[in-house]
Amino acid sequence: MPVKELREELKEKIIAQLNLEEFSVSDIDDDDALFGDGLGLDSIDALELIVILDKDYGIKLTDPNEGKEVFKSITVLADYIAERTNK
Amino acid sequence: MNPKFNINTYTHIRNGKLSLNGNIVFEDETKDFSTFIKSAYRSQDMDYPKFFKMDNLSKLAFMAADIILRSTSNSEENIAIVLSNKASSLDTDRKHQESILDSDNYFPSPSVFVYTLPNICIGEICIKHLLFSENSFFIFDNFNPDHLWIQTEHLLKTKKANKVLCGWVDFDDSNYDAFLYLVEEEGDLDHTIKDIKQLYLCQ
Repeated sequence: MPVKELREELKEKIIAQLNLEEFSVSDIDDDDALFGDGLGLDSIDALELIVILDKDYGIKLTDPNEGKEVFKSITVLADYIAERTNK
Repeated sequence: MNPKFNINTYTHIRNGKLSLNGNIVFEDETKDFSTFIKSAYRSQDMDYPKFFKMDNLSKLAFMAADIILRSTSNSEENIAIVLSNKASSLDTDRKHQESILDSDNYFPSPSVFVYTLPNICIGEICIKHLLFSENSFFIFDNFNPDHLWIQTEHLLKTKKANKVLCGWVDFDDSNYDAFLYLVEEEGDLDHTIKDIKQLYLCQ
């Protein structure tokens, strides 16, 4: 899957899994911060993202410091998944 | 002389209706709780995106509490919370159980798991309204005004709280029922077991 499509897929999954009812895919820019001032995700959302990585892409994230970097934005997350799945 | 406490305001959420002090403020005939409570949220101009992440019990309790507490200055008023129900957090417990039944497809959701206790709904209310006061959640077979009255009078008479938000918030399967009321020195309705019972049944 091209990275561009992967980014869109991630946005859809994040909106659905994290119940971001007031967001649509077009509201999320690829480089928006997922935590803090961006989408405003919290610590439970971070755990849900770890489950998405495991369940949907077969990637187990165990190092909290790695998570901090990987979950910076959709761009970073999609690149991380693409590198590990050759999507 | 012992101070006398009164019921200042009360709310019901049941049968597709949201009411405050006996007056319907939102009505939706849909049978589905999820659709109903989201429509109720939007009708009340609430701006709290975390609402959508809550489980059904927390949505029910949060909505009922918000209707009452939005007009108070909250944290300065030392408002305790005493809630009760029959089904505890069973609705969410079942969802969590379903996600861990299959060892080959074992992906429990953290955001479901965090709601597998009934008193989490009190936490959601306290976070929104900045309450740092006493709170408790009781499980009964039925609505129990006697117990709620005893707890509330104790909190107020011992000055553990200036006001108590109390009542019943029950959610199981597709059935929901909420009745919350605020007890304090101000108010027109007597805080007696008989009056609590009558208000519970009045909608």
